[in-house]
Amino acid sequence: MAQSSCGGPASPPVRIGHPMSRRELLRGTALGAGAVTLPALLTACGDGPGGDKGEVTVGSNASDAVPKKAFAAAFDAYEKQSGKRVKVNTTEHNEFQQNITRYLQGSPDNVFMWFAGYRMRYFAEKGLLTEISDVWRDFKGFSKALKDQSTHDGKQYFVPYYYYPWAVFHRKSLFEKRGYEPARTWDQFIALARRMKKDGTPVAFCDKDGWPAMGTFDYIDLRLNGYDFHQSLMAGEEAWTDRKVKKVFDLWRELMPYYQKGALGRTWEEAGQGLQRRRTGMAVLGMPHPGSQFPENERDDIDFFAFPEIAPEFGQDAVEAPVDGFLVAKKSRNVEGAKDLLAWLGTARAEDVYLKGDPNNVAVNEGADTTAYSPLQKKSAALVSGAEQISQFLDRDTRPDFAQTVMIKALQDFIDDPNDVDGLVNRIERQKKNIFESAS
Amino acid sequence: MPQRTARRAGGRGTRRFTRRDVVVLGVLLGIPVLLDVVIVWGPALASVGLSFTSWDGIGDIHWAGGDNYEHLVEDYPAFWPAVRHNLLWVAFLGLAATPFGLFLAVLIDRGVRFSRFYQSVLYLPVVLSLAIVGFMAQLLLGTDQGVVNTILDNRNDPVDWLGDSDINLWMMMLAASWRHTGYVMILYLAGLKAVDPALKEAAAIDGANERQTFFRVTFPTLRPVNVIVGVITVIEALRAFDIVYAVNKGRNGLELLSVLITDNIVGEAGRIGFGSAIAVVLLGVSLVFVVTFLVQELRGARGK
Repeated sequence: MAQSSCGGPASPPVRIGHPMSRRELLRGTALGAGAVTLPALLTACGDGPGGDKGEVTVGSNASDAVPKKAFAAAFDAYEKQSGKRVKVNTTEHNEFQQNITRYLQGSPDNVFMWFAGYRMRYFAEKGLLTEISDVWRDFKGFSKALKDQSTHDGKQYFVPYYYYPWAVFHRKSLFEKRGYEPARTWDQFIALARRMKKDGTPVAFCDKDGWPAMGTFDYIDLRLNGYDFHQSLMAGEEAWTDRKVKKVFDLWRELMPYYQKGALGRTWEEAGQGLQRRRTGMAVLGMPHPGSQFPENERDDIDFFAFPEIAPEFGQDAVEAPVDGFLVAKKSRNVEGAKDLLAWLGTARAEDVYLKGDPNNVAVNEGADTTAYSPLQKKSAALVSGAEQISQFLDRDTRPDFAQTVMIKALQDFIDDPNDVDGLVNRIERQKKNIFESAS
Repeated sequence: MPQRTARRAGGRGTRRFTRRDVVVLGVLLGIPVLLDVVIVWGPALASVGLSFTSWDGIGDIHWAGGDNYEHLVEDYPAFWPAVRHNLLWVAFLGLAATPFGLFLAVLIDRGVRFSRFYQSVLYLPVVLSLAIVGFMAQLLLGTDQGVVNTILDNRNDPVDWLGDSDINLWMMMLAASWRHTGYVMILYLAGLKAVDPALKEAAAIDGANERQTFFRVTFPTLRPVNVIVGVITVIEALRAFDIVYAVNKGRNGLELLSVLITDNIVGEAGRIGFGSAIAVVLLGVSLVFVVTFLVQELRGARGK
């Protein structure tokens, strides 16, 4: 408390060597009680951060060891080039997400990490973000799809940094040993899954965390009903009771018997480890998920194939590839410094520095150096650049309240009891109406 | 002394107190009252108010009338399971864990061998937070790598202790009871030590057997402890949160009202009005128990 006091001494005077009367003791207690509440008041008169224009603060959600180190390398490179200082405040990934609304309304860092698409638009719409269209004017090497993902209402708010595709991941050596072939169509996929189950290595599946199953839902919907339907379903414009949506769940049910048991008690880390130990044959996951669970010397054995085709007219056009990047909050106290950092982060070189330390992602900038890529990264980059449309992920393509409070439970209910599709979609639709209609 | 003050304050007799006394007492009473109002009653009433609105935590607050309650009861699939689980939690702690704690206390009080050792071992879990108990439960009961499944060696058909919504709640209540039992045991142990041995001797002389002595003589003298244990049991059950949140964020069979409140208000979701409505329901459930206890207490006090 001593260093935070800014209004004179606050501790009660205590006379030593003098017998204290009861009254004095009482008075001391009262002052003491006041002292407890004092620190809270004192912070109000402190000098807030942001006065120093040579320093840019970055709110980071990259709490895992690998990306944290890679980001540190990237910011080091910026410091060397610009002569400015970057101060990173890292928060645990999920906690950062949980607190984002209050974070943006409180005293956010100058720059913060977040996601593209609806997740970004939601905050732009609420007026919590600073427009950075001027920074975007000088950017080179971003595709139109990426610019769309960074745009709300014709203005840009987001600098994409890297992405990672979702696909069907497996061990190359296991496929060779058993003679498995990558599935191109749904029927082949089901046949492959059936064979794997018979061979004692079922399809890996996990949804304890609540989000991994969303990837499979997204892909079946994208392949069956196409990207446009999927996006308007996510935007709340289609009815969940539509026959098309029920069909998604019906198809998904065909896969259920070939999954490993106990999906609702399994985290994605455990699913990745199961794949690594050859207990399961394949898994629909994002690239960093198995990637981070394999020891370094076995990472070359990870391979993937694109999620199989269901309706021929949609082929394998869409790829689910969540984009992570940087934004500036409306309340940022150093917008100038923030934009300078963003301008650098949008260059190909900035991405090269990062990806050197984190081989589980792929650069978004076309100018990025791909010669150092691992074969898996090269394949991922090819998958994404060949995509007609890029979706983000269920919890990034729709309202956060809908994803969090409705869809997590709905998909877990479906996994628990795949037979009551009618009841399920009715429940989703009713809650969807409540949420989307109450939107202000 | 506080009693005397209270009595005088209403009457004419403030003369006995100097101005300084009044100020000192006013401050000493005022601060707790103020804190109580600001920290307890303010937010509680604000929640009740917010529960009739629709607010995302960012924009304007809209009046929504009873919509939140209607959606909660009719459309929110997690609501009724959560109410059920909360009540089951109260029942389980109250009917299984608490009596078991009493049983252990009686055994130890009778002086079994190594009673100090048992006492320490059984009390040890109480120092752990429920979140830690949740993490330990995961280490024991994980599907692929948990200790229990490893011992059972059922790799081909593992029991999904924490993922199967038919059994995971029971596992959680067992884990919570492991901690609760030790807590209850220590409280009863203190109570039993305070029972006058003369009472038991008198009962023995009157020809009561041990059972009768316990239920007719010892247990009734434990009444003050019973009340405390009862209150603690209900509080523990209604505020259960950290253990299920540590295990699976309180989903898939582990829904509790406290979790639903957090999901809707704290997370990115920002359904503050809706979450407040759930909080009001939890407040209502708590009030039922609080009022019951108070009525019992007042009646008991009057009976004396």
